[in-house]
Amino acid sequence: MLNQKLKLNAKIFNTDPEGKVTSYGAGVEKISTRQGFGDGLLKAGASDEKIVVLSADLSESTKANLFAERFPDRFIEVGVAEQNMAGVASGIASMGKIPFIASYAIFNPGRNWEQIRTTICYNNQPVKIIGSHAGLSVGPDGGSHQALEDIALSRVLPNMVVISPCDSIEAKKATIACSKTKDPTYIRLARNDTPIITTEETPFEIGKAQIFFAPEIGLAHVGIIATGPILYKALMAAKDLEKMGIKVKVMNLSTIKPLDEKAIIALAKETKAIVTVEDHQIAGGMGSACAECLAQNYPTLIEFVGVHDKFGQSGTPLELENKYDIDIASIIKKVGDILKRKI
Amino acid sequence: MTHNLSDSKILNLKKIANNIRKSIIEMLTEAGSGHTAGALGMADIFTFIYFHSLRHDPQNPLWVNRDRVVLSNGHICPVLYATMAHAGYFPKEELQTLRKFGSRLQGHPDRNFMPWMETSSGPLGSGLSQAVGMAIADKMETGQKTIYAILSDGELDEGNIWEAIMLANKEKLSNLIIIIDRNNIQISGNTEKIMPLYDLKDKFKSFHLFTEEIDGHNFEEINGAILKAKINKAGPSVIIANTIPGKGVKAWENDYHWHGKVPTKEEMELALVELGNSSF
Repeated sequence: MLNQKLKLNAKIFNTDPEGKVTSYGAGVEKISTRQGFGDGLLKAGASDEKIVVLSADLSESTKANLFAERFPDRFIEVGVAEQNMAGVASGIASMGKIPFIASYAIFNPGRNWEQIRTTICYNNQPVKIIGSHAGLSVGPDGGSHQALEDIALSRVLPNMVVISPCDSIEAKKATIACSKTKDPTYIRLARNDTPIITTEETPFEIGKAQIFFAPEIGLAHVGIIATGPILYKALMAAKDLEKMGIKVKVMNLSTIKPLDEKAIIALAKETKAIVTVEDHQIAGGMGSACAECLAQNYPTLIEFVGVHDKFGQSGTPLELENKYDIDIASIIKKVGDILKRKI
Repeated sequence: MTHNLSDSKILNLKKIANNIRKSIIEMLTEAGSGHTAGALGMADIFTFIYFHSLRHDPQNPLWVNRDRVVLSNGHICPVLYATMAHAGYFPKEELQTLRKFGSRLQGHPDRNFMPWMETSSGPLGSGLSQAVGMAIADKMETGQKTIYAILSDGELDEGNIWEAIMLANKEKLSNLIIIIDRNNIQISGNTEKIMPLYDLKDKFKSFHLFTEEIDGHNFEEINGAILKAKINKAGPSVIIANTIPGKGVKAWENDYHWHGKVPTKEEMELALVELGNSSF
């Protein structure tokens, strides 16, 4: 059942009028995480004049346009030049401001990775890197635009904080929270409207993992750790597993770095079996971060739901999640697999 | 700000530059690795900036209203370190720690070790972007600072530079002065052989920048170009400084092999004698 200590959206398990549950929450209100970022940025910008926003010709797509319209004097359009955008933001930050740089994740932190490494992370400047349209869920744009490597690229950098919000409300909170820190930060966003899992009242703290779903009574057999909007699928899988008599806990790991090691180790100690779920390459992603933590602290069986060393292609998000094994059925299958290994 | 340099001022700047060159040669010889030619070639420009045009306070290096110097081609950092030491930022003896473990003077500039430098640099092509960012931030406030961006000519091969130039022009960054070390060499050979830059002045003009070309070893020309750049309020200015790589040591001048190597002790001794005998 949902952990209502966290005041989550009670309607999350609603079904559509025909009673059909789908991966995209037919009966649940849906807003994109990029919209949450745009709203959060507007709020942060209103309360702190140090906030400056840079865009590489994608302000509408990334929702940075909301800030641009309200605070034109603090908005810089750099053109299709993500490498320059990163360096310019570092320079602006060195003068005491808090720049946000927004583009698609494939270009930011993809195209401009070395500039982020040297000018932002090495210089340790408080630049906030916004990568929208991450993951297979971009859909029809095709594989060239589906960033499946950005968590790996960002979390490997010293000084960097990496956040992958699960819904628009969490994206808004993460945007506001990171505007108040001195850390270089990457926020991973998705294009599509996805179910609202949390509420305004749900607590959010950078670096803190939360258990969103737990068995009504007793210990869980398996711990599912998910990051980003795909968390919704993990919750739906948990609901189905519950009906099958399999008890799981579902953790929202929205901050991938710094990793909430204590919470991950506690989940591993309880379940002795972890399944990680992400819309990202398995190599180097959130699951890898969890595996690194557990291998060193509490060796535990792990199964990974993610993209296995492949590029994506055009299709609807539903077609793609099925093709690349990141759908609800894949999560349920991996839980089954790990239960077999556990015996 | 004086408009013309007096003879005594020029003589003084020449002496300082000569001493900085000696320090560069000594520190690179002691380090055993590093970049000699570019550092020697830029000694006059660095001397002029730090000992004449820069608003700064070596005793209060993080003074908020200071001008900013961004060294983009970080590999010539011995000239930055030596100039800063001679200007009083830190003791000159520390120059001998260049490239050694734990030194504040890292092989390429690292502000985690020496926070009085404006940026860490080394990977080419991104320093101008950072300087553009500083100039944009300054314009959002008082617009009273001058941001100096120092670039190499070989570095202009990087596309990132031209992205930054377009933005500097678009944002009309009149507080930004870009100085190009036009010494015609890069690590693998002559710039025109590795990747032809052709007439740089034409290139920058076509990007709508106020462009000047000077002898980078002539203090009067350096002074004139920086004054004109400061007067230009229409947008950013570019100064193409023609320099001689290895300047000051005849045997090393204009030889690209000195881009990335350092003198032996014997070569150092000869060079110091040559510089010691310099007449101004």
